[in-house]
Amino acid sequence: MGKVVVVTSGKGGVGKTTSTAALGAALAQRNEKVVVVDFDVGLRNLDLVMGAERRVVYDLVNVIQGDAKLIRDKRLETLFLLPASQTRDKDNLTAEGVERVIAELKKYFDWIICDSPAGIERGATLAMRHADMAVVVTNPEVSSVRDSDRIIGLLDSKTLKAERGERIEKHLLLTRYDANRAQRGDMLKVEDVLEILSIPLLGIIPESMDVLRASNIGAPVTLADARSIPAQAYFDAARRLAGESLPITIPGEKRSFLDKIFARRAA
Amino acid sequence: MSIFSLFRKQQRSAPMARERLQVLLAHERASLESDLVSILREEILAVIAKHVEFDPDKVRIKMDRDDDVSILEIDVEIPLNAARLAA
Repeated sequence: MGKVVVVTSGKGGVGKTTSTAALGAALAQRNEKVVVVDFDVGLRNLDLVMGAERRVVYDLVNVIQGDAKLIRDKRLETLFLLPASQTRDKDNLTAEGVERVIAELKKYFDWIICDSPAGIERGATLAMRHADMAVVVTNPEVSSVRDSDRIIGLLDSKTLKAERGERIEKHLLLTRYDANRAQRGDMLKVEDVLEILSIPLLGIIPESMDVLRASNIGAPVTLADARSIPAQAYFDAARRLAGESLPITIPGEKRSFLDKIFARRAA
Repeated sequence: MSIFSLFRKQQRSAPMARERLQVLLAHERASLESDLVSILREEILAVIAKHVEFDPDKVRIKMDRDDDVSILEIDVEIPLNAARLAA
């Protein structure tokens, strides 16, 4: 039986879709069968970030309403995409329909990764409803941390697991992190965010041009350039998601000679 | 802006962010808990009302929070004759 993961954040623009694509691809690169599901009805983007926007024939609502096919990734045999509907009414996404589709996908895939829409409305609660584990994507910035706190509250109350009195596994993915700015005291540090949200850390993704470049060319970060720093960070995060215990490293912590001199002077 | 402010070191903003978040989230988490208190209040009072008469204004319900546990305190003033009626 596959594991259902929701990638969520509350706030928009923090990197949910990028992270869904990168984690999904990273797991598929380990030869696990993965499907990434876009829950953002009306504003789908996972297809675009994955470079499959011109191959969308069927979407989540088609699948709910009956027979339809998933899109197989052109680069990875074990990676599949289920896009959200772009035009249809949001109400077509029913709780029963989602339940049926997730149950069906669990039979065929090792991982079902659900890309949640922003906000705390129906779309977001439907995306998290059936999750076994949650990846809470957070930027080191006050509004993102506040919204993540809200989402953690929802994960603990509105998911099926929570309602059954079970614990849903929650992981923090800190994105757009700039180690130098945090070091200088201009950005919340990893430990600040961890202390405030108090959920375990899945990984730290540095602010990087490679992330924008990957979405420009329509490839998950881990496929666009597997040796780039953010790709390495996503590979590590995927391994932790799969249960491996790896020491956390802060990408970009190597400071330049000049930075060191200034840091010493400030201290 | 004077010329001197150019040389003055700008205050680090991350500690402020951290402190503001800690205060705000403590408050927001507590207010979510108060929703729970009002639900509990309603249901507990309904149960008591089945058995004794009491003045709803003379009920105090309080949720206290320790590091490890929350304590729910219920204080209901029951008039003497109402208690006797129930007994």
